[in-house]
Amino acid sequence: MSRKIVIPFGPQHPVLPEPIHLDLVLEDETVVEAVPSIGYVHRGLETLITKREYPEYVYIAERTCGICSFIHGMTYCQGIEQIMGVEVPDRAHYLRTIWSEYSRLHSHLLWLGLFADGMGFENLFMNCWRQRETVLDVLEETTGGRVIQGSCKVGGVRKDIPAATLERMLSDLDPFEIKLKELADIFLHDDSVIHRTKGVGILPPDEAYALGAVGPTGRGSGVAIDMRMTGYAAYGKLNFTPVVENDGDCYSRCAVRVKELFTSIDLIRQAIRQIPEGETEVKVKGNPDGEYFSRSEQPRGELVHYVKGNGTKHIVRSRIRTPTLTNIPPLVKMMQGCELADVPVIVLSIDPCIGCMER
Amino acid sequence: MTIEDQQTTVIDLSSLIGKVESFKNQGCRLVQMHCTRIEDNFEINYSFEKDLSFRTVRILVPMDTEVPSVSGIFWGAFIYENEMHDLFGVKVRGMNVDFKGNLIRTSVRYPFREPVFKGEGEGPCHERS
Repeated sequence: MSRKIVIPFGPQHPVLPEPIHLDLVLEDETVVEAVPSIGYVHRGLETLITKREYPEYVYIAERTCGICSFIHGMTYCQGIEQIMGVEVPDRAHYLRTIWSEYSRLHSHLLWLGLFADGMGFENLFMNCWRQRETVLDVLEETTGGRVIQGSCKVGGVRKDIPAATLERMLSDLDPFEIKLKELADIFLHDDSVIHRTKGVGILPPDEAYALGAVGPTGRGSGVAIDMRMTGYAAYGKLNFTPVVENDGDCYSRCAVRVKELFTSIDLIRQAIRQIPEGETEVKVKGNPDGEYFSRSEQPRGELVHYVKGNGTKHIVRSRIRTPTLTNIPPLVKMMQGCELADVPVIVLSIDPCIGCMER
Repeated sequence: MTIEDQQTTVIDLSSLIGKVESFKNQGCRLVQMHCTRIEDNFEINYSFEKDLSFRTVRILVPMDTEVPSVSGIFWGAFIYENEMHDLFGVKVRGMNVDFKGNLIRTSVRYPFREPVFKGEGEGPCHERS
């Protein structure tokens, strides 16, 4: 019988952009158990809300994550709006949808680059990040911020996108899509990618559902859960079907994200073509008194912002449940029985966002 | 704009396990668990979902009460239960994976256990004005 040894993985590791620690219990080269620990970048944002007035907290909510910051801000705003019964103008809903999907493109391209880098495919990594720049340019032009947009507010959005810019964004999507197809072809068909990802880190569909896997981690295992199906923002008015793969391995999770690039482009096209004229915000009076679980689909999966107000200008409780936190139990399961050399690829395959998770 | 249906039910601690089991038997998934300190009590919420129907059960227990783990029903619950323990000091009995206070490495023990803002004119926000 082999002797068990424990190898520490992280908190600093070449494939980890952010710190998480895993104690890997090994028998020979096989992982028999993975024990995670977090807390290296915990910021206590959930208690910071008690020190800010509720409209100010949008800025903090956005800073929960440096990748999907817009979606955090929007989800918080949706929660407050639901409690206060604020009717957000339709145009603001469409703008929120457009920026959310650009955020998803930016996040998925960032992840695909990191994933390629984790596999040692540096040329692919650089190509992904080059395409990501196009997305960041659009976000910067339309919101003023490349990473932190600051364009969402309780009651709507702070900025509008002029019709001429929307037209140009629409036409720019065509060449962008062609470039993404070239990238997609490599991720889906290249031998070296398939060799590193096929059959690695398998999470069966029933376990994925039972363990609460969300986002591409769940959809890569056939769990067709996508919060955009709830119809928040303008998603209820757009044609949308979640991307689902059934093999449950690293390749499937990668394929979901690759295919979601094109879903996002399609949603942006639909939103730009349908966006109505009109106001982009309404004046919000009073203070929130009540509670709501606001949910949205972040690039990594289902995001929950629970907000509870007591009729004052301060929120008494904010709870941010990020997709990475709920994807940790599935990660622990999918690493049981894997080879040590596959650990970096498996960890990356859930697209861990530790900054988000730590809050 | 959202089309989802949300309901929150307050239940007794004694009926928690039975209620969570019924959600499991209905094929629901565990969406999240979280804790809030309210005066000298902990309010703990357990949220479940199936087919976009979002249900939350809530218990309100004195701070030193031991709460049974639901990780025997939903295996992934250990992440939330360890988080509640490490941040609030909630005593959870029978977790399937117990990190014994080491999941979240905090410099202060149970940092969220202290009372938070209670109302207008009180608490830390008052210090700003």
